[in-house]
Amino acid sequence: MIFLKLIVTNLRRHRIRSLISVAGIAFSVAAMLTVVTILQGAIGMFSSILSNDSEIIVFERDVSDLFFSNVPADAAERISSWPMVAHANPVLFGIVSSAGHPIITCFGVTPADARIEKATWLLGDRNKFAQHEDDVVLGERAAQFLSAALGSYVPIGHATFHVVGIVKTANGFEDGGVFMPLASAQSFFHKEGTSSVITVKLRNKDDAVTFKAMVKAQYPNLIALDDAEFTRSYSQFRILKATAWAVGGCGLLLGGLGVANTMIMSVFMRIREVAILRVNGFSHVQIGGVIFGESAVVSLSGAMAGLLVGSCFLYALKMIPALDGYVDTSLHPLLMMVVLLLALLTGVAGALYPAIYAMRIRAVEALRFE
Amino acid sequence: MKALIQDDTERRIVLRAVDLWKSYDEGTVAVLKGVDIGCFEGRAVALCGPSGCGKSTLLHLFAGLDFPDQGKVWVNGAEIKRGSNLLRLLRHEVGFVFQLHNLIPDLTLAENCLIPTVAAGTDRRTAKTRLMELAERTGLTHRLDHRIQKLSGGERQRTALCRALMNRPKILLADEPTGSLDEQSSSAVFDLLLDLVATEGTTLLMATHDRSLALRCDRLVEMHDGKIREHAYAR
Repeated sequence: MIFLKLIVTNLRRHRIRSLISVAGIAFSVAAMLTVVTILQGAIGMFSSILSNDSEIIVFERDVSDLFFSNVPADAAERISSWPMVAHANPVLFGIVSSAGHPIITCFGVTPADARIEKATWLLGDRNKFAQHEDDVVLGERAAQFLSAALGSYVPIGHATFHVVGIVKTANGFEDGGVFMPLASAQSFFHKEGTSSVITVKLRNKDDAVTFKAMVKAQYPNLIALDDAEFTRSYSQFRILKATAWAVGGCGLLLGGLGVANTMIMSVFMRIREVAILRVNGFSHVQIGGVIFGESAVVSLSGAMAGLLVGSCFLYALKMIPALDGYVDTSLHPLLMMVVLLLALLTGVAGALYPAIYAMRIRAVEALRFE
Repeated sequence: MKALIQDDTERRIVLRAVDLWKSYDEGTVAVLKGVDIGCFEGRAVALCGPSGCGKSTLLHLFAGLDFPDQGKVWVNGAEIKRGSNLLRLLRHEVGFVFQLHNLIPDLTLAENCLIPTVAAGTDRRTAKTRLMELAERTGLTHRLDHRIQKLSGGERQRTALCRALMNRPKILLADEPTGSLDEQSSSAVFDLLLDLVATEGTTLLMATHDRSLALRCDRLVEMHDGKIREHAYAR
């Protein structure tokens, strides 16, 4: 009890300084939580586009970005004829722009694609998709920001398209995207005879290994990965994740420096008190425990406050209609644990030098210190 | 010295220093210059002498807070040197009272007194019983939950005395324990100090300027310029 009081006493003695340190950690944690959650949400959404009613993705080997992947159209036809395959759909990804909207995701798909087949059609008839070259189906949000209605013509990129349907999907990228017939998309993006990926659903998931081996044998320049493998290994996702953690880590580092500053000041300002504890039998470990205890209280308080601030901020982002579907605000317990642990480690690291300094204080000299 | 040993033949020497030398500032300021001293168990010994004569330094060496440049120190039969179990010394063998009470201002009187028991890992009930016992003897029972800022100088010094005796040390080292008090408080605190060490069987080695207080101890040791000048029975 007294040990705890020794820890808390000093924080209460310098309330403003302690609060600033707590705030430093809190904002660092909130920043890390927000950035990582948003990026993980984005990655999850992009993954879900690829894994829509499929479990394996086939794309060009060693390609840095799926937008640059070229998969021959005949590969999709041949793969779909393999006995273990339930269906294989080629999808072409592209980015187009429209007035006031520099980035609109475009999906070149076949009428059999799950995005068309299983979407909630708000307006239009799914059977009419791909009857004409200039047919497009818009996601609900895309229809809103393009001010498009069923049957209207909308300018997209260098062409004008006829809106034959408006669909609602849970995925922000799809909901803000444009679906074109595959052939039209190939022509629009000058990628005739190719798709970006083939999404494959197997009759039996146990055949995945055989399927991958067959792809490797018959199409050496292509690679087949199941969804989880793809999410783990896709270089863009890895870069995004690394960036998110690096940004969050920098935030925490700054917070840690704040804690270090607080703890150094804390030790310097009570050298005499540390000496009193030494004379009364406190060991180096007990002295270090008081200092580390202080930093742990600061870090954990900051981390808890940061989780609260971060959650509120994510919730506020979710409330913004333009971001609806793009921001996944669900906080994963593992992420929260990792962030808490990192905040605690940051605090401990920040207290390392002050603790060592305190442990080395020589009582006889410190007692002369005024 | 011979007379002393004859008188205390039944008693054990619990504090002993032989040919102690100590200097500061890389040897430029010599503080102890060959000090030899022994204190018998249960005796109250006053260490008198002018400021800077080495009284505090000698006490620090006995408490293991510092080490001699030359010579040897024994406390309760164990030599005190670098690498010795100093924690055991500070937790169980020696209690220290300073001129300035050196209490932690944000803690209450009781919490300050309990610090040595926290360090020693004494169980809470035993610590509390001991605290109540000492508080009663020092007349501080009604002040236990008061913060240090609210205590008078005498009360603070009595608190420091309680803290030093919490772990029932065999030896109490006191460095000018009444030096910051007025005459009346000084006398009261000193009476209490003598009474406590006598009833607890604690050996007291006390540095003081006040010869009238020193003369009330069992023995008076005069220091001058880093050397022991004179041993005398005070009473």
